[in-house]
Amino acid sequence: MELIVNGEARRFEHGLTAAELLAELELDQRAVVVELNRRIVRRPELDQTQLGDGDSVELVHFVGGG
Amino acid sequence: MTGLLDQPLAIGGHSFRSRLFVGTGKYQSNPAMIAAIEASGAECVTVAVRRVDLDRTREAGVLHHLDPAKYFLLANTAGCYSADEAVRYARLGREAGFNDFVKLEVIGDQETLLPDVAGLLAAAAELVADGFTVLAYTNDDLITALRLEQIGCAAVMPLASPIGSGLGLLNPYSIRTIKKRLRVPVIVDAGVGTASDACLVMEQGVDGILMNTAIAEAEDPVLMAAAMRRATEAGRLAFLAGRMPRREIAAPSSPTKGMAG
Repeated sequence: MELIVNGEARRFEHGLTAAELLAELELDQRAVVVELNRRIVRRPELDQTQLGDGDSVELVHFVGGG
Repeated sequence: MTGLLDQPLAIGGHSFRSRLFVGTGKYQSNPAMIAAIEASGAECVTVAVRRVDLDRTREAGVLHHLDPAKYFLLANTAGCYSADEAVRYARLGREAGFNDFVKLEVIGDQETLLPDVAGLLAAAAELVADGFTVLAYTNDDLITALRLEQIGCAAVMPLASPIGSGLGLLNPYSIRTIKKRLRVPVIVDAGVGTASDACLVMEQGVDGILMNTAIAEAEDPVLMAAAMRRATEAGRLAFLAGRMPRREIAAPSSPTKGMAG
């Protein structure tokens, strides 16, 4: 399966949920927001949200800003 | 000190003891940022929403350093050039954060970073309808400020001068006029360079001030943060105290009678 994660194509051996993608990338669910094809996946939905081939995923968090 | 002499600032049902809001960008390091924020006495700090660095070449997110139980985190939409983009970032920020506040910016021009008023009004309306508490970064233009209030923004944030310019308060008259006409809090955002600028801004009677670069780019950010804290308080208290009238001639401070013959 290929996903576009933060603008870059990434291959995965098997299907993933949004929660599994975060685990694979070693990211903390509490500090990251997942946007799947421009729609926010709320935290309680991460476990049930299956990602599909060609999906575009944005992973964002807070950084310093004014 | 101001706690005894001034009221807290209420925005969208939240109360802030400090009238100084600070940004978290442009610091040399996270410990330097934290030390400066502590010295500023600010309770409300702004943050931006950006992509996670999957290669870990940059530092981790700001939440690793800023305790959300200690600071009120105000997400911004900095870097957004359309209403749609700003609305998208506001929603991401709400999901990432701990409240429904957003510092709404819709930028119209890369060189000046001045706001796109049409986009700002459109985004503000959409976000207010979606339940956000919107603090809108805008020009020092009364009519736009009035429209933002009418739309339902919780606070209006006119600029002192362009973002990161350090040019200080360019139009005190505009800021005073906006403050006089609006019922919602007016927080001057952007443009201060040093403590006297912050003091002058607060002397116009506005409810608060937000700054980032003036502290982060000072040679000693902690000292400048401490100066800004005092300048904000001094300007606020001077406004509340009511200044003496300006006179074109001198008036002696000591008695003119009783001089020795």
